[in-house]
Amino acid sequence: MPDFSFIFAQSISGLTAAMFLFLIAAGLSLIFGVLRVLNFAHGTFYMLGAYAAFQFMQWLGPGRGRFWLAALGAAAAIALLGGLVERFLFRHLYGAEELYQLLFTYALVLVLGDAAKMLWGTQQKSVSAPPELGGKALSLFGATIPYYNLFIILLGPVIALGFWLTLQRTRAGRFIRAAALDRETLGALGVNVDALYTWVFVLASFLGGLGGALISPMRATTPGMDTEIIVEAFVVVVIGGLGSFWGTFFGALIYGQVLSFGILFFPRFSIFAVFALMAAVLILRPWGLLGRPLK
Amino acid sequence: MRAPWELALLAAALLVPALGSRFYTFLANDVLIWALFATSLNLLVGYTGLVSFGHAAYFGIGAYTTGLLMKKLSLPFLIAFPAAGVLAGGFALLFGFFCVRLTRIYFAMLTLAFAQIVWAICFKWNEVTGGEQGMPEIPYPSLDWMGRLPLVGGLRTSDHFYLVTVVLVALCLWVLRRVVGSPFGRMLTTIRENAERAEFIGVNVRRYELAAFVLAGAFAGLAGGLFGIFNRGVFPDFAYWTKSSEVLIMTLLGGMGTFYGPALGALALILLNQQIVSYTEYWPFVLGTILIVLLFVFPGGLAGAAGTALRWLRRPA
Repeated sequence: MPDFSFIFAQSISGLTAAMFLFLIAAGLSLIFGVLRVLNFAHGTFYMLGAYAAFQFMQWLGPGRGRFWLAALGAAAAIALLGGLVERFLFRHLYGAEELYQLLFTYALVLVLGDAAKMLWGTQQKSVSAPPELGGKALSLFGATIPYYNLFIILLGPVIALGFWLTLQRTRAGRFIRAAALDRETLGALGVNVDALYTWVFVLASFLGGLGGALISPMRATTPGMDTEIIVEAFVVVVIGGLGSFWGTFFGALIYGQVLSFGILFFPRFSIFAVFALMAAVLILRPWGLLGRPLK
Repeated sequence: MRAPWELALLAAALLVPALGSRFYTFLANDVLIWALFATSLNLLVGYTGLVSFGHAAYFGIGAYTTGLLMKKLSLPFLIAFPAAGVLAGGFALLFGFFCVRLTRIYFAMLTLAFAQIVWAICFKWNEVTGGEQGMPEIPYPSLDWMGRLPLVGGLRTSDHFYLVTVVLVALCLWVLRRVVGSPFGRMLTTIRENAERAEFIGVNVRRYELAAFVLAGAFAGLAGGLFGIFNRGVFPDFAYWTKSSEVLIMTLLGGMGTFYGPALGALALILLNQQIVSYTEYWPFVLGTILIVLLFVFPGGLAGAAGTALRWLRRPA
């Protein structure tokens, strides 16, 4: 039986992974909730966020606080990209069949993924952690937690809460929730639904890009990380419930723990466990643990 | 095959090794196997209206089945090949049982989840599947008897295997064609058009959908079995979700719901790939661009575009 500090360290690493997954999956879930489309390209936005952070770091050169600038700049750039894609391409497919929308987002995966290869090559890129947090670690119950992981663990709930308050308390949030329920009525009431959809895409892409930028000091940025993460994000939103906000948060927490303890108890099949969980949820409760059945 | 052009096509396919080029035979072999794979998916997506995002699972299962039986157990191709279809069909029955209970996006997600389970097992079960490294050096079937035949006797082993592929794929396509044209196939189309109404007239929609799922899985398995041998190795990415998207793109490119559309899509994509990779390594970029143009300009695929062009040419002046 592994001792307590080991289990604690393992659950912390699962928690860190969960917060990243939440950042990615929240955007995916938002787009699905409002537009009813699963955006395969969301993982690519995450990868591009990581590359963009690397690029901004290069441009900014040495200096204090440049990591934070680079991360925000990367997220903003990806948000812009997402908005442009929605405005000029995706918009024209709203009336089309579901399959066409899925394939369009997959086409974006191919095009943008290769574009990243053209720009940054196939060598892996790494970004050093911000000096304020890098290198230092907290000792707790015999486990060492790097400050950067601690920061991520704290940032996740903050973003979740901020996001939720935006959806619940602001005018724009109310419109987004209304659009998820009934787009036409909302339009008839005089709300510019087209613009709203663009903003949903911008917001979702911002979160995806931010996730990529923030993970770049922890994992090297390589081609192929997009197709890997998107399936993981699918698992998260499916477990929690497609389009359900807290479900996504909850799903990410479960995923992180299953993965990190799966490695502990049956190291070879932890990936298997995650997909088996996804299948089990879809079979028993297709709308997810916290979601509501679609009408 | 009543239409003579199908027989003509079969004859033409059989004559490819006569060109004497190892490369042309290779290409033709690739096209044929993918054509079968895409046609099997079309039975689900095009005819029954079920969008599967995990069809590569059955392709992968078939490839590993044939590969394992031939390499590790040294069983003859005559057993290993049908086994691919049987096992893939069996798994399709198991997975499909749950999948057909869901609709639309949930159906697609569950097929994806099952496919990823298959991929994870292939990827990690080192003792049996070779894990990440896959299983190289799958032997060719013993086709010595072909060496004693007139005309084809002097050909290479890869050419012999190609001829076997032509015959088997033609056979599979013939069966699938019969399925699609049968009352059963008509009922699948009815379900695609209006599942609710089909239910009202007393059709057990789920059972029909499951039957289509199993058939599609079995034929994908047969395609996988051939592909493992053709590729001289079986790898976990055969079952990865990007493979499922590739075959969906082929089906869409060729035209869903037309019987030979997906085969046409396989031909077009593979030939195009061969052309493009000699100019640039960025094939996915080109493919993605083609796909976007296709979605916006020709949603009916190549077959749809050809149909429109024909109607336009034949229009009354």
